[in-house]
Amino acid sequence: MNLVTFFLHHQGEIWQAVLEHVWLAGATMLLAVAIGVPLGILVARSPWLSKPILGSANIAETIPSLALFGFLLPVPWLGGRADRLAITALTLYALLPIIRNTSAGIAGVDPAVRESARAMGMTERQILFQVELPLSLSTLLAGVRIATVLTIGVATIAAAVGAGGLGEFIFRGLAMVNDQLILAGAIPAAILAIAADLGIGLLERRLRPIR
Amino acid sequence: MSDQTNREVAIEFLHATFAVPGRPALLKDVTLPVKQGETLVLLGRSGAGKTTALKLINRLLESTSGEVRVEGRSTAEWDAIALRRHIGYVVQEIGLFPHFTVERNIALVPRLERWAEDRTRARVRELLLLVGLDPEKFMKRYPHQLSGGQRQRIGVARALAADPPILLMDEPFGALDPLTRGELQQEFQMLQKRLGKTIVIVTHDVGEALLLGTRIGLIESGELAGVYTPKEFLRSQQPVAAAYAAQFRAYKQLEGGA
Repeated sequence: MNLVTFFLHHQGEIWQAVLEHVWLAGATMLLAVAIGVPLGILVARSPWLSKPILGSANIAETIPSLALFGFLLPVPWLGGRADRLAITALTLYALLPIIRNTSAGIAGVDPAVRESARAMGMTERQILFQVELPLSLSTLLAGVRIATVLTIGVATIAAAVGAGGLGEFIFRGLAMVNDQLILAGAIPAAILAIAADLGIGLLERRLRPIR
Repeated sequence: MSDQTNREVAIEFLHATFAVPGRPALLKDVTLPVKQGETLVLLGRSGAGKTTALKLINRLLESTSGEVRVEGRSTAEWDAIALRRHIGYVVQEIGLFPHFTVERNIALVPRLERWAEDRTRARVRELLLLVGLDPEKFMKRYPHQLSGGQRQRIGVARALAADPPILLMDEPFGALDPLTRGELQQEFQMLQKRLGKTIVIVTHDVGEALLLGTRIGLIESGELAGVYTPKEFLRSQQPVAAAYAAQFRAYKQLEGGA
């Protein structure tokens, strides 16, 4: 059986796994942006918070992913459901690039622009939402793009704790020494990652501030 | 102090000092009243403390001792946001928001102050005409689509938007080529006469100081070395003022001889 007929044969299962995968990655990114962007703003605002926040995110990044899934398994609420566990672990991974790029974007705003915003009588909140965030949006999105590609890749390992997704095929294929099964997981995962990379990249270029 | 003189003073430096711990003071014990409707030019070398003095007025910086009063009230007593919206501020062209159109840049303070939308729009048109730019042509452009002189005009329009009684200008024409600078200085002189605002300008250009200032405050290494009318300035025996005056005369002579 060649690869194409294999794919056609298992269409239903593959689509199912793609959907699970998109759900894992999508939920992860929503959470990671919701947590990472405010943390990035905090890092940009108060240098003394930048070390502990970036340090923690860095440490999370260095834990081997399989081990991280394992560590979280005994945690009461998390261990209860595989997707909950997977999304938590994946979010921890996705945080670092988002935090780092958010703070770098804000730090990169022309000081003269920030100062003239203050001099016009804008409040700190107005400066953040009307000046700093719009001007750092493309840098911020670059972080989201890196994090998304990373998440789609690492999410294949979530299958190890039973969270489903395209990793199912890969693990099954490894166990059965079946290349076609491995590819049935790996190819769609790669396509997803490339699509996300291109899509967010496009948005990023469109939002790049004009100089 | 008497009420009468107080009402005529728009801005007053009272022993104002600004220092960062561990460094020599950037501004030392400056006492200087700025009268309503006058144009005071702060003249001095780069790093002399002129910009520091300017920033004390709208509380971008706060004096470490002494105080600065705006309309009789110490800036420390003002709400910083209200104070800044009461004072227009123009810096070398770079202060425009690159992601805002000309229209949104100019309308910034009126919108922060929640003016009605049609009043804001009418005001933007009025200001563009005032600074000599065609509203239809320029409203929708972005700062990067403008020349240096045009950006500077937009900067002035933005500072005037909510009709503040006080205008602060930090090297407003410094980044322009000499021809454009001359044009803008002359236009600005006419604006000044029409609007009657209290204006403080920071510059290191002695010609600009003599042209625009009703009085010139000479700042040397953080200290106020003297305050002169342009005529007094040219006759002054104070060494630094005399040096500036000599430089100005040499330039004028060259012009006369050509």
